[in-house]
Amino acid sequence: MDLGQYAFEVLAAYGASFALLGAVVATTLIRARRVRRALEEAEARKNG
Amino acid sequence: MHAMGSIWEYANPRKFMGWTGHALPWLWAIGLGLCALGLVWGFFFTGDDFRMGSTVKIIYIHVPAALMAINGYFLMFAAALIWLIRRQPVSALVGRAAAPVGLVMTLIGLVTGAIWGQPMWGTWWAWDPRLTSFLILALFYLGYIALWEAISDQDLAGDLTAMLAIVGSVFAVLSRYAARFWNQGLHQGTSVPVVTGGRTIDDYFFWPLAITMVGFFFLFVALVLVRARTEVRARRLSVLQARQAI
Repeated sequence: MDLGQYAFEVLAAYGASFALLGAVVATTLIRARRVRRALEEAEARKNG
Repeated sequence: MHAMGSIWEYANPRKFMGWTGHALPWLWAIGLGLCALGLVWGFFFTGDDFRMGSTVKIIYIHVPAALMAINGYFLMFAAALIWLIRRQPVSALVGRAAAPVGLVMTLIGLVTGAIWGQPMWGTWWAWDPRLTSFLILALFYLGYIALWEAISDQDLAGDLTAMLAIVGSVFAVLSRYAARFWNQGLHQGTSVPVVTGGRTIDDYFFWPLAITMVGFFFLFVALVLVRARTEVRARRLSVLQARQAI
């Protein structure tokens, strides 16, 4: 596939967008996992 | 009355965790699947536009991101009203969860627009009504996130951020209709007017764009629900930690 004279612009737009999307997905999932584990531990302490 | 009562039950934290847990795998699958389909179709299997050349491929990201940037703020507006009127804690947490995702969508819209604008308009940026209102929308997103982080009293934070969300929704409306209100500036009008119909984009480019727009919608909802579930758990965790500290 030939993007012609605008190859840099097209690839830069897609690259920046994937980086931003990847960052929000990663931070969302990492925090979700961290908080879920911390809550499980706190509930185990409460019940134990 | 009974039907309305049953709708609000879904905002009960326990029930919210239940139905969102069941819905999320489907939302992720539909969102990621449609985004992949639309973007691969648009990037690899559509040609160049006779005026824009290959930069037309940027619309497959720019338009869906801008759509969700604006609609994300409308979600925060609705969540703010529900919090202020009905004091449903989950609604405040949904607003809080939506802001970082909406901000990312706004940044994608701004960055891809600037990259597209440089070769097509001859400038990265112009103080055009739509661009300017979109930049202000990004600042409202930032202010909303900062306000949540700055206030430890969660009810007070819910109240103040709700007010900010309501004020900022003016700029969400302006971002959407600026080109029509002022009828000037560089940014063109809406290519895919959902309400009025009569789109100005050819079917050849429209279908991959439409699929990606639906994909971004589902991806946005999935991200917001994961974040809202995390906020519900974080609030429960802080209650438990406070009790254990006594």
